[in-house]
Amino acid sequence: MEQSEEPDGQPRLSGQKQNKSKTVKGGMSTMKATLILENGHVFVGKSIGSTEDRVCEMVFNTSMVGYQEILTDPSYAGQGVVMSYPLIGNYGVNPEDDESVRAWPEAFVVRHLSPRGSNFRNEGTLDDYLKQYNIVGIQGIDTRAVTKILRNQGTMNGMITCAEHFSVEDALEKIRAYRVTGTVERVSCKAPEYFPVENAKYNIALLDVGEKRNMTRCLNARGCNVTVLPCHTPAEEILNGGYDGVMLSNGPGDPADNVEVIAEIRKLYDSDLPVFAVCLGHQLMALATGAKTGRLAYGHRGANHPVRDIRAGRVFITSQNHGYVVRSETVNPEIATVSHVNVNDGTCEGLEYRNKRIFTVQFHPEANPGPKDTEYLFDKFLEMIDDARAGKEAAENA
Amino acid sequence: MPKDPSIKKVLVIGSGPIIIGQAAEFDYAGTQACRALKEEGMDVVLVNSNPATIMTDKDIADHVYIEPLNVASLEQIIAIERPDSILPTLGGQVGLNLAMALYEQGILEKYHVRMLGTSADSIRKAEDRQGFKDCMESIHQPCVTSEVVNTVEDAVEFSNRIGYPMIVRPAYTLGGTGGGIAYDEASLKEIAARGIYASRVGEILVERCISGWKEIEFEVMRDSAGNVIQICSMENIDPVGVHTGDSIVVAPTQTLANKEYQMLRTAALDIISALEIEGGCNCQFALNPDSFEYAVIEVNPRVSRSSALASKATGYPIAKVAAKIALGYTLDEIKNAVTGKTTACFEPTLDYCVLKIPRLPFDKFTSASRTLGTQMKATGEVMAIANSFEGALMKAIRSLELNVHCLRLEKLIDVPRYELEDMLKETSDERMFVIAEALRKGITKEEIYNITKVDLWFLDRFQNIIDMEEAIRGPELPDADTMLLAKQMGFADSYIAFLTDHTREEVKARREEYGIVPSFKMVDTCAAEFDAETPYYYSSYDVENESIPSDNPRKVLVLGSGPIRIGQGIEFDYCSVHSVWSLKKMSCETIIINNNPETVSTDFDIADRLYFEPLTPEDVQGIVELEKPWGAVVQFGGQTAIKLANALTEMGVPILGTSAAGIDAAEDREKFDEVLTKCNIPRAKGTTIFTTEEALAAANRLGYPVLVRPSYVLGGAGMEIAYSDRNIVDFMKVINLTVQEHPILVDKYLMGREIEVDGVFDGEDILIPGIMEHIERAGIHSGDSISVYPPLHLEDKHKEKILRDTYNMTKELGVVGLINAQYILYDDDIYVIEVNPRSSRTIPYISKVTGVPIIELATRVMLGEKLKDMEYGTGIYREADYFAVKMPVFSFEKLNEVDIAMGPEMKSTGECLGIADTYPQALLKAFKGANMKIPKRGGRIIITVKDEDKGEISAIARGFQEMGIEILATEGTAAYLNAHGIEAGLVKRISEGHPNIEDLIRSGSIDLIINTPAKAHESMQSDGFKIRRCAVEHSVPCVTAVDTAQAMLTVREHSHAAELVPIDVTKI
Repeated sequence: MEQSEEPDGQPRLSGQKQNKSKTVKGGMSTMKATLILENGHVFVGKSIGSTEDRVCEMVFNTSMVGYQEILTDPSYAGQGVVMSYPLIGNYGVNPEDDESVRAWPEAFVVRHLSPRGSNFRNEGTLDDYLKQYNIVGIQGIDTRAVTKILRNQGTMNGMITCAEHFSVEDALEKIRAYRVTGTVERVSCKAPEYFPVENAKYNIALLDVGEKRNMTRCLNARGCNVTVLPCHTPAEEILNGGYDGVMLSNGPGDPADNVEVIAEIRKLYDSDLPVFAVCLGHQLMALATGAKTGRLAYGHRGANHPVRDIRAGRVFITSQNHGYVVRSETVNPEIATVSHVNVNDGTCEGLEYRNKRIFTVQFHPEANPGPKDTEYLFDKFLEMIDDARAGKEAAENA
Repeated sequence: MPKDPSIKKVLVIGSGPIIIGQAAEFDYAGTQACRALKEEGMDVVLVNSNPATIMTDKDIADHVYIEPLNVASLEQIIAIERPDSILPTLGGQVGLNLAMALYEQGILEKYHVRMLGTSADSIRKAEDRQGFKDCMESIHQPCVTSEVVNTVEDAVEFSNRIGYPMIVRPAYTLGGTGGGIAYDEASLKEIAARGIYASRVGEILVERCISGWKEIEFEVMRDSAGNVIQICSMENIDPVGVHTGDSIVVAPTQTLANKEYQMLRTAALDIISALEIEGGCNCQFALNPDSFEYAVIEVNPRVSRSSALASKATGYPIAKVAAKIALGYTLDEIKNAVTGKTTACFEPTLDYCVLKIPRLPFDKFTSASRTLGTQMKATGEVMAIANSFEGALMKAIRSLELNVHCLRLEKLIDVPRYELEDMLKETSDERMFVIAEALRKGITKEEIYNITKVDLWFLDRFQNIIDMEEAIRGPELPDADTMLLAKQMGFADSYIAFLTDHTREEVKARREEYGIVPSFKMVDTCAAEFDAETPYYYSSYDVENESIPSDNPRKVLVLGSGPIRIGQGIEFDYCSVHSVWSLKKMSCETIIINNNPETVSTDFDIADRLYFEPLTPEDVQGIVELEKPWGAVVQFGGQTAIKLANALTEMGVPILGTSAAGIDAAEDREKFDEVLTKCNIPRAKGTTIFTTEEALAAANRLGYPVLVRPSYVLGGAGMEIAYSDRNIVDFMKVINLTVQEHPILVDKYLMGREIEVDGVFDGEDILIPGIMEHIERAGIHSGDSISVYPPLHLEDKHKEKILRDTYNMTKELGVVGLINAQYILYDDDIYVIEVNPRSSRTIPYISKVTGVPIIELATRVMLGEKLKDMEYGTGIYREADYFAVKMPVFSFEKLNEVDIAMGPEMKSTGECLGIADTYPQALLKAFKGANMKIPKRGGRIIITVKDEDKGEISAIARGFQEMGIEILATEGTAAYLNAHGIEAGLVKRISEGHPNIEDLIRSGSIDLIINTPAKAHESMQSDGFKIRRCAVEHSVPCVTAVDTAQAMLTVREHSHAAELVPIDVTKI
């Protein structure tokens, strides 16, 4: 490893000069990088992506494919993602697989980053992609060991630095002070965006608290014009916008932080507009109706989570990404019943609201990455809208 | 849905003898499933003709029938046992076909037997070509479009509909003779015309060409509630065109983005749902590397080789879960045995890379074409786990036991660039080495991709390995950083030593100075998301070691036998597993090291701890240094384990039972001769030599014929009978093609009856559970001979001599544990041929027939117990009430250009057993089990034998004639037979014009060919070679030894199928 050129040789943190980097074939850096976890564990590897110092909340994801979709999932804003699968970047990156306008995580931790992407759609390397979005990364470390720490001790903060010399104590102080906040505002669109289709049968409002683009694609494919709305859009605007239904998207952070958004969602609940919500949206609807959310020890992030649809009596494999969960015992049975449960740990995966055209799920029926086995929920949403229309017509005729 | 309470007694059909394409994986699956059924309280009836399997143990099933796998014998067994259900999907294609035949012939209905799991309708839908196509169309899954046509015009018309390129395959020609790829109408017309001409029936298959597409597999499962999950995705490194069994396969897929991956996963789940499969299923796809276009290649509605691989790769026990689904459970009701917490209803996720490399038999069949295609040729496979692709590749190469420890073949080093370019076009088992050499010689990855269509990502990995070689190469040992990276890439110390001109010990010492030692990671199905309980590990060079050894003082290491190959089959896995079970009974902690994903021994709940690793001294040492076992067992893992005895001794691990020195004494000619002299035991005279001159001198001193063979080999490799000086010169040339570290043996050849014994020796007493006699006389490898228990021609004095000699040799060699000895009964005297202080391929069947648990006894004496304190006594164990005939089974139809004639070199891939009250009945069952049809009255046979055999064959010919069978013979044989009063019609040799012997064989009117070759290795141009190949390719039985022909006649004279009675071996 190269020595720091700093004359005093004092430990340092960010803002100071980095060690010199060598470049090998494939353009990958051999600069040293260090991952420091909140519990004091230190892993030394090689730098990938950006070389800034970065503090974030560390989580792990067990998906074996779909790193680009993971990186562009706004739910990871404020977090550092550890990929438990060791070979990442194999098929490069391409513009079609972006799930939002940019990549969001603060940091990315892998065991081996492929210097070349090999795939017919490949348009660049993952390393360049990380640099483009200023994501700090590290490779060449025992990612399974990191995963096990996060599993056993729970999600914790961490930091990646490329500094040659630094003080772990100083770093830990920063790491402990970190908290993911304000991310919904950060990731949400700033102005409404309209995604129409030809011969549309429905107009859908998608409240963007961190939406993945595939929700719009799934709705478009089913004949819906989709209007993506910023997170602070007042409920009235939605209710008076001529929409047939509203979707609440996924998104980052602690759901309970979104006090204002929750208040608006309460108004949606009080209306008769059909609502389908996913992930953070599901949590926000629960909070809006009096239930409580809690934090999972280490979250569900992966593409293999079994969820039982209680009414169907069947288990579906789902794509998941959440650190918080609706606490089933706080759900008022007068308001909603649990419709889906996680087969592994029994946590709440879906709610059906009583006497309402509202259902919400914790997992990601829009997939990307992960299985598309629950995409039928979009159909269910539209059937619910049809049902609402039929009811309205019947009422008008009467 | 919980278990169906009406299911109480379940019939399970195994897959029969090991042949290419159907190896140990079905013993693994069947054994796991039977254990699951018993766990649920089922009464299990098992039928399998293969006695070397674990599934045919009385510990595994309640009623075990080692009987021919045909409808008649199955109906008899069903009538006796009256099972209420049958589980058809565990015995490979053989078991599935048989279950379907029982269903279709109304036998299941007649006896009120239900088919469990996947229904007959679903199986038919998946197996029937048209039915499958229709089903796929109905769910919009694209198949590879093809059509059978008889004219060039129809071929052109079809291609106008689906486009170019097209593949033309003539019907009924072997190896695709006359076929080809057409890129436009002109070439199609030419190829189609040629193909129609080449085809015997004037028919060609025209197919959309998908060569160069990626071959992707998904293992999926479904239960009766409709829950569907994917277990494992796999990517073949070779594109479509090479049989997946012959391809290097990586799990999970590496070059698919989420979009393609989910597309194919969804397709697989849609397929299993549409077929309504209840259990496991394998879906194979071809994926265009330049688009999202794909096609379904094949669906197997049963457990398979791929499902065994997927189970080992992920830790998900597919066969066990499939068995429970068949009983009515749904996936979410079945526990995930690996985590102990979650259910079986989830998708395994990997945090490592798994690589499978097939084990091809070209080291044994040197004349066989190495070209790989749609016909599988591999006999077995190895699997390696690492957290990089490079690491898995290097481990897998070491596991193959081909004396190659890196991505480099000596013989390619001097091949020039232009020749390598040509070699890249051939798909062979050596292709990865050719690619590596091409990269070294500067052929670009893009060029290699264009020729091979091996994805650039894989080529990058090969390049990484080569770059690392260059980084290491030099006089100095690598620095710490480079050393760590090299170890993480799977470089063996021995290879680093080679690249730096150091010794392995020096590399190891430096590495340890750097603090670089292996750490072990767990296979847990869930990428560490949940705390798992499986003691299933692979090595890495990482921060955290997860394998925490116990402080149990009685900890025993059992070495497995690696990939299945000719000469080292499933029987050694049987022995290893039984040894583990016995050790557990004796409250030892057991550790298994093995690398074969098809086996029972690599199931994670067999030993207390499983290490999935190459069986080389370095890889074993890493585990030894962590676990510090009290002792190691090497007797049960064939040559693979035996070869490690010295290394283990050097590591300070005591070898339990016979010491490394004792093993060496039996293998070392001079030491063994000393033992024999001391014990006053006669053997054929012989000597050891190194050069051709010495060989000639020795042969002339001994007198021809003599046996010539290298020492320390498997299954008689390279052994020849020499009748002349010229033979000696020829054979020595072949033997010396490979560098001989050990001397070559030259022995006088005694043409007598071959006798074999297995025994257990405790240092004081010996127990011989059984003596076997071979039907074919000495000179044919014991593994290829029909073996009969109890012996037919031994008098008591011979048996006593055998007991005495075996005892004396065993004692003198210092054997503790197993001994296998082979003798010749020659001129009323007993001569010893060879002694092996280890398990043999006859142990499983002798254990089953005699009821003596040989491996358990051997294991107990290795730990110090005495035979006289056990219940089986000493000396020769009493003979069983039954005759048992072990019949070799061959896979010649899968291997072009291999001579089927039997000789001193082993060629069989598996075996079956016939058990009956009388010898002819047992023999008939064995022939039936091997699917060898014996000619009947009104049949026709051809006899063409060498001069030495003509006298003996005339008596056999007379016998067949008296049974009403017509005899045809080639000129010399016919003249001899006619002169001896046997009517034999004349048939032309191939060189004598038409219609000749080949034409007759092709016509389908011949029931048997008796042909004995003049020498062990006849040229491919000889009439004999061609006749024998012609017989195999037209499925006409062909025997190449007079004794085998005599056995067939014996059966015809003495038995009738109707008399055969199935025997439950658990009652023996």
